[in-house]
This record gives sequence, structure tokens and C-alpha cells, in this order.
Amino acid sequence: MSALSRTRLGYDGVVAVMPTTIPYVRYSTHSAHWWLGRALGELIRGAGIAKADVDGVCVSSFTLGPDTAVGLMQHLGMSPRWLDHIPMGGASGVVALRRAARAVQAGDAEVIACIAGDTNQVDSFRNTVSQFSRFAQDAVYPYGAGGPNASFALLTDYYMKHYGATREDFGKLCVAQRDNALKNPHALMKKPLTLAQYIDARPITDPIHLFDCVMPCAGAEGYLVMTEDRAKALKLPFVRIRSTIERHNAFPEDPIQFRGGWAMDKDALYEHAGAAPEDIDFLETYDDYPVINMMQFEDLGFCVKGEAATFVREHSFTIDGDFPFNTSGGQLSVGQAGAAGGYLGFVQALRQLTGSAGKTQVEDAKLGLVSGFGMINYDRGLCSGAALLERGTAA
Amino acid sequence: MTAPLVKPKKKNPVERTRLSTRPPVPRSRSAQGLTRAAAEGSFELQVCAECSTVQYPPREVCGNCLSAHLQWKPVDNRGQLIATTTLRHSNDLYFRERLPWRVGTVKMAAGPVVVAHVHEDCVADGPVRLTLKLDRSGQAVLHALPEKDTPNMSDAAQLRESTCDPKFRRVLVTDGKSAMGLAVAKAMLDAGANAVFLGDPTSWKANAAFDRLATDPRVQVVELDVTDTDSVDRLAASIGGKVEILVNTASYLRDGGILGRKDVILARDAMEVNVLGLMRLAQAFGPGMCFRAADGSNNAVAWVNILSIHAFAALPARGAWSASMAAALSAAQTLRAELSGAGVRVLNVFPGPIDEEWEQLTPPPKLAPAAIAKAIVKGLQDGIEDAYVGDIAEEIRERLRENHKAVERELGQ
Repeated sequence: MSALSRTRLGYDGVVAVMPTTIPYVRYSTHSAHWWLGRALGELIRGAGIAKADVDGVCVSSFTLGPDTAVGLMQHLGMSPRWLDHIPMGGASGVVALRRAARAVQAGDAEVIACIAGDTNQVDSFRNTVSQFSRFAQDAVYPYGAGGPNASFALLTDYYMKHYGATREDFGKLCVAQRDNALKNPHALMKKPLTLAQYIDARPITDPIHLFDCVMPCAGAEGYLVMTEDRAKALKLPFVRIRSTIERHNAFPEDPIQFRGGWAMDKDALYEHAGAAPEDIDFLETYDDYPVINMMQFEDLGFCVKGEAATFVREHSFTIDGDFPFNTSGGQLSVGQAGAAGGYLGFVQALRQLTGSAGKTQVEDAKLGLVSGFGMINYDRGLCSGAALLERGTAA
Repeated sequence: MTAPLVKPKKKNPVERTRLSTRPPVPRSRSAQGLTRAAAEGSFELQVCAECSTVQYPPREVCGNCLSAHLQWKPVDNRGQLIATTTLRHSNDLYFRERLPWRVGTVKMAAGPVVVAHVHEDCVADGPVRLTLKLDRSGQAVLHALPEKDTPNMSDAAQLRESTCDPKFRRVLVTDGKSAMGLAVAKAMLDAGANAVFLGDPTSWKANAAFDRLATDPRVQVVELDVTDTDSVDRLAASIGGKVEILVNTASYLRDGGILGRKDVILARDAMEVNVLGLMRLAQAFGPGMCFRAADGSNNAVAWVNILSIHAFAALPARGAWSASMAAALSAAQTLRAELSGAGVRVLNVFPGPIDEEWEQLTPPPKLAPAAIAKAIVKGLQDGIEDAYVGDIAEEIRERLRENHKAVERELGQ
């Protein structure tokens, strides 16, 4: 049999609309259902549609248990003809788009609500971490119970030693993100951060210090996927999908994670979009720790492997900088609302490209790149994804 | 380099005693394969029977060829430390109380990448040896040790969380007058025990070796008859708070099967010492040891039962005694479960025939009591929980694995 090189379909006629955030709080007495329900309600009210018009739902949440998306539908009184539950943590926002866009494109659903949200009760982070996965339970958590801090400390230790990145380099990104966050009313961090404060912060798990860590919190994010025609009929500003990728358990032979799945798929991403890294007006990455930002710069083609530290030294990352980056402030400064953390960059990109980013608006932003990264199942993050998004032109 | 352990100061009676906490307990059933290996001090991982890929973390099917035929086998324990971190924060109470804590990523020569506790003498990016040890929950964990032994390496605080070294600890030897008890007491003193409480069940009976040992200033003779609840309780009330390792050497061994007599007096006596004695000791000393299970560097750590390989396979020529050994093993398993909540280890020792007066008629090879005592000390230092001592014990165990019905027939001849 000859190897057929099949052409991937584009996402013509399918758009994402209605970037929605339910403002985060550090701790919540509500359950995940409350947060997800509020996100869905906001989406419906904001789009000016009836509840029954939403005939597809895609859910991501860590704290919804024992329910899944199924139980949530009865809880919310929904009868969708298309339902998905995406347990991919930080890659959920991009992957939800991939699933929903194809379903709308194929006619399996008309309007799909993609929602992610989690509660954060005083002890829920410890519970999530201790029961995160079988491999984590058997082979990571018993080793100091450091959670993601410890896993990322090991990756960061390796990355710093091999590629010469310094704490100052990580600090520059964190400080720039904090500057961005000060313009985002939803960000939980309200005080400026200086490089000196970053460097002098207390050590958590060497070389990870306090400001390298995200703050777990409660919150929800969401958006709608529908046809371009429908978005126009509803007079909703929309965002086109130029290309997407996802990958799971990439490079299993690497002894430790120094690259993510983007490195396998970035050529396909740009080729499909007919675009190049230079064309991109802003980048929203998954940033639970600064080292993973560095890997995304490299693996998404903004610089070669090992050169991210130099790239950081040569650019500025604020909203008005020469490389606008994590313009909401990212999880490092907004907070990590569980699975909603995997939507944060995506929803912010939709804001940028629908002109609704307020004070965080990147001037003249037309093309944005969002990347996701999730699920430290054992020693590395397994899920990666990215989406190239474009501002929809006025009808 | 690891600083040598300092002899602990006398306990300050005004200060609150730190209660024990446990490292995380839950494990998958496959991961308990690690526990089985660690319990005996061997280093085994799953190996695929079809493609020979070494697996870690433990799996249900091979991560390479998807074969479901994974076997636990000894594998090369060498590796390279490729990343390390020192935790200064933990989500778990047990680790919070023991910070800072060093962990790292090791690329094994056998293939897998593992996350392990890292010994303070391991050099970053250097070669390491991995060992499987039980933690204070009794679950198996990997420790990365320096490639070669370093001075005082067993004194490192993290490693001591997996071991039960007699060094600077106080040991109760329940019957100090038997050959076994004398050998254990000497071995504990040689291993650096701070004190040995030497039980004397028969103060009316002179024993020159016992009297000689009693002249050592570290030895304190105590009256203890494990068949007498009052005697056990009196001693626990007096020294229960000081016993950090308890070695139950009280033993009753007599020849004879079941049909050869018209009474159960011998059987009852064997049960009285070997089974009920163990239970009396457990009830009297167990709670105090649990209370002190996290009390400083000389915390209560281990309970040692000297059983017999015949706990697993009866020797009909000593039928009543064999039954008491099987019962004692069962009781010891319950005790292990009950002490595990506090993190006190139960070490069960399974020797073959012992060279002592009540086994006079047993043909050689027989184990010198000193050899068993040495195995106990090593078992405590290594932190294992099952020790099979001597060629006969090892052989019977192997034969039981091959065909336990054959062993029944053969021992009955």
C-alpha cells in the first residue's frame, strides 16, 4: 500500500467567540459545579442565546469528582447532543478547541460551550496532588510529597545546568508577567514584582523559589465554538482558527524533560497555517513554572533549543514590549484555577483577537499563538498543544 | 560528608514528645512488588519476559511491547544522578517535619528513569547505587546511595528513616539467659546500642555467661517471665518508655509430635511462651513504643521476633512446637499491621535449626546463635522485615516455592 499523504482539513467556517472568565478567588466554599455552572451561564447570557441553543459541551475540571461532564449536565439541566470531558490539565483549552471545532464543522453540534473550572478549598490542592495519577502515587508522591514543585524543580535543575539559563532569566519573565497582570482586573496578584524581590524570595524546592510557583485558586474560564455565520448573525466578534496541534507522551526516550511535544509538531503547525513564528503578534504559553516558558519559546520555533535564555535577554515581554507574552499575567500572576489554568492563555488570546482585552490589549494584534502543556503523570508533562488564532474580519 | 550520629541526650521530661506521622501509604497492587523485594533487602524491578525491557514505575503491561508477562527480577542497580532538588516545602505532614529533604532523578543503567530519595553524600550528576528500602509506612521506596560507601553514610537522617540501626538505641532482650538471648545482647552492644535490658526469666538459675555479661555497665538485668502477665506489665511500667528495639528471644522448644502423648501440656507450654508470650509483650510494650516512634534520633523503631522456618512448614517430629511457630507468625503479622500505623517495624527472623541445648539431637548443619544475632543486627541496619537465616531456612523456602506438597511429605518422613 502506498503511503498517502493526506491533507489536513482547515477550520474554515468555524470560529471561537465569547472569552469568559469567572473572577478567581484564592479559596472558595463552592464546588466545581458552581464555577462551571457560572461559566456556562455567562457564556449563554453574553452570547444572547437560549440555554437549549447550546447543543454541545466540553468540560475540564480536576475537582468535579465524583461527577464527570455527564453528571454535570444533569446538574445544569442541559441536554446536549455532543459532550466531551477533557482531562488534560494545561492542554485542555487548546484540545477543547480542536474537538469542538471539528464537531461544529462536521455538523455534530451547532454551538459548543467549552468550559473549565475548579474550586479550591483549603485542603483540595493536597488531595489533588496526592491522588493525581497512578505513577505519581506509586513513584513520585512518596518521595517528599513535593507535588509539581518538586517535579519542576528537577526539570529546572537539569535545564539550568545544560543550557545555562539563570534565575535572573526566569525572573525577567516573571517580572514582565507581573507587569502585565497589573493591567488585568482578574489577576489575583495586585502588587508589582521586582527582580530583586524575585531573586530574594524564599526557596521552595531548589532551584524553585516562591515566585516561580503559581498560586492555586478557584475560578473558571470558557468560550463558545460555532459557525462563522452564526457568530455574525449574533453580532459576536469572532476568532478564526488557522492551525492547531496536539501531542501526548512525546519523546519518551528523553531521560528527563528538556523539550515538549511542540518540538515534534511545530512544522506541521506553521505549515498548515501558512505562517511563521515571525508573523505572530503575541504568545500565550502555559506557564505553571518559568522553565516551561523557556521550552515553549524553543519548541515553538522562536529560537533554537538551548537558546531561550539568550532569547529572554534580547526581548521584552510586557504588553507593549517587542515580544508581548502572557498578556493576562499568566498563571504565575493571575493564579492557577485548576483546569481553568489550561484555558487562561486561550481565553486571553480570544480577548486580544476580539479587541476585548481592555488595558492588556496588544496594539493591532491580528495573529496570536496559544500553547498548552499539562499533566505531570510521572516525571514529565505529557500533553502539549498549540493553536494559531486570527482576528476575524468584520462582516 | 555525613556527620556522625551524636549520642542522644537524656530525654527532657518537660518537652512534648513528637508523635509519629507516616509518609504517603497508597500504592497500586503492582507497586507492592517493590515492597516484597524491599522486605527482604533485594533489588528487583519488573522485566518483560518477551522483550526484556526493565519497567518503572511498576506496570500492568510492558511499556515497550505491551506483553502482559512481566516478572520481578534482580536488575543492575547502578545509575547516574541527572537532576536533584532539595525540598524546603512539602504537602505532607511527615515530610514537613523532616525538611530539608533531598530527592533526585536517576537514569538507571538498566534503562528506566526513577525518582528517588537521594543520600546527602551523592554528588550531583555523579554515579549512584539504588537500593529498595521500606519507609516508615512500611512501603518500598528507592534510595540513591553514593557509588561507594562513605564514612558514616548510614547515619544520614534520610536513610535512617528507612533503617532501624541499634546504634545509640536501647534494646530489650526478653530472655537474656538463653544462648540466643546472650548472643543477641552481645551483638546489640557491639552494634553500638546505648543499653541492653537483659530479661531474666529464671533468677533462681545460675548462668556464668549471663552473670559475666551483666557486669557490662550498659547492661541492666530485668526480671521478665513472658508467661506471667504481671511480670510483663511490671517491667513495661518500669522501662516501657525506654525500649526502642525489642527482641523477643523467649522461646520454648521441645521434641515430640501430636499422637505420641495423651495430653496437650507440651503444646500448651509452647503456646504459652511462643504465642501468648508474644501477645503479652505486645500489649504491654507496643503502645509505649508507638508513642515514641518519632521521638528524636533514638526513636522506638523495631520489634524483632525470632521464629523458625518451620512456621511455614511443620516439622512433625516437633509438631506441637511447629504449631506454636505458625501461630506466632500469624500473631506477628497482626502485630506488624498494628504497629505500622506508628511506623514501628516488625522484623521476623526465620532461622533453620539452632545450635543450642534444646536442639541437641538435631543433626547439623545448625546455626550458631551468634550468626542469628548478626543477621538480626544486619536486618535492623538494612531496615528489612523478613530475614531467612542459614542454608536450611533458605533451602526450605526455595523448596516451598517449588512444591509445597513435596515439602510436607519430605518433612514428614
